[in-house]
Amino acid sequence: MNVRVIPRLDIKGPNLVKGIHFEGLRVLGKPERFARHYYETGADELVYMDAVASLYGRNNLLDIVRRTADEIFIPLTVGGGLRGVEDIRQVLRAGADKVSINTAALQRPELIREASLAFGSSTVLVSIEAIRRPDGSYEAYTDYGRQSTGVDAKDWARKAVDLGAGELMVTSIDRDGTGQGYDLELVRSIASTVPVPVIAAGGAGTADHVLQAITEGRADAVCVASLLHYRFVRECRYDPGEFAEEGNIESLRKGARYSKISDVSLPELKARLEEGGISCRGPLPQEGRP
Amino acid sequence: MGRSPRVAIVDYGLGNLYSVSRACVHAGLDAVVTSDRQAVTSADGIVLPGVGAFGDAMATIRKLDLAEPLRDVVRQGTPLLGICLGVQLLMSRSEEFGDHEGLDLVKGTVVRLKDPREGERALKVPEVGWNGIHRPRRGSPGDPWVGSPLEGRSEGQSMYFVHSYCVQPEDPEVILSVTRYGQIEYCSGVRRGNLSAFQFHPERSGAAGLAIYGAWARLIRSRSHGEASA
Repeated sequence: MNVRVIPRLDIKGPNLVKGIHFEGLRVLGKPERFARHYYETGADELVYMDAVASLYGRNNLLDIVRRTADEIFIPLTVGGGLRGVEDIRQVLRAGADKVSINTAALQRPELIREASLAFGSSTVLVSIEAIRRPDGSYEAYTDYGRQSTGVDAKDWARKAVDLGAGELMVTSIDRDGTGQGYDLELVRSIASTVPVPVIAAGGAGTADHVLQAITEGRADAVCVASLLHYRFVRECRYDPGEFAEEGNIESLRKGARYSKISDVSLPELKARLEEGGISCRGPLPQEGRP
Repeated sequence: MGRSPRVAIVDYGLGNLYSVSRACVHAGLDAVVTSDRQAVTSADGIVLPGVGAFGDAMATIRKLDLAEPLRDVVRQGTPLLGICLGVQLLMSRSEEFGDHEGLDLVKGTVVRLKDPREGERALKVPEVGWNGIHRPRRGSPGDPWVGSPLEGRSEGQSMYFVHSYCVQPEDPEVILSVTRYGQIEYCSGVRRGNLSAFQFHPERSGAAGLAIYGAWARLIRSRSHGEASA
């Protein structure tokens, strides 16, 4: 079995952003450019997450999805602020292959069933974003980490699968953007108890953290953001003038680095996983490239 | 060269047909997403895509009155490309949620991926992700990929899969490729005459997948040419 390495791109307006614990979002660049780079260097899938979907209109995101789907030919999952079957249909029409739902599903779990009946289970990914409680259990949060629910993350995972979720993405909000590594206990507690694939997310600061998510966390796939983004930012030497005025681009001007992140390229990351005994899809042949 | 071959992507209500359509365009095909019988039967090539449940898909195909017309045009030689659920629909029957009849264009059944394991570790069903395609071991001489949409692909090439079920054709000669998931080896590609069908999604399998659409487009062109000069 090949483990999937999935770059996650958080999007705010026209820009790719990255924060810590889902907050303090920094602008890193244009999502399409990162998407194309990751496609060309061996990404197995891509995830687009609209960080502020409930606050702004979604037209921006649909345009970005359309432009991306026109030039990349790997699965694209889109999430953030999808409220119902019609929202999901719109995103799929724009070219997404799967959708990720969290807030709306916790508010009305039947949405999972409706969406999986309408579009097929394999199209419906339920994103579980959790914070560790003092007693060691985990609580599911909604609204990009802003809203507590009182729902136990493990119970919710099982229920989501029963309702028809084809995959789960499990994100530790505590670890997100920190570079301290995935919350292995959170990932394992869900990945080892549900029959569907589980994608680990939140916290990777080194290639070894990614390896641990698979070997110790039992994840079937891994989501990676800062680890890859900061490398690409470093390598491509952006012209900050390229960005829309909005957003925090200070860090980009200064050459964004975050000391807790030992950035890697996708081929380096996959080489490390292979060394650790995890099989991955190999490098892409360049023939027939669009 | 004349006009682009026109292909009909059969729309029976489920799934993302955008990427299938983009891949066809990339291969120089003039693609239309349609559930109209006339548009399907008059096309130079047909893509039977699919996401979702077998029973629902067959019910919709029958409701749209497409089952018999599809069988007819395939018998008349129109190239058909089945994808994911599309390969399963070609079979005689499926055991997914009960027992359902398929299009019966290829004798065989659709069965669940049963308890895949890798050593100690149970693998997940559905299988979601990249996996290799291999030539089947079979009696007849020659490379089965030559002259098929897999011509030019390398042995073990990774393709993108999302499925809980797989096909078991009765005639081993129609098996074009096999794939291993844990201890299970299943048929991931089928070819019989003008029928080509895959369990994976070539339109989501990067450059190697696009090359499959390219090779299929060449098959359509060579057939159209043959007719024109006949």
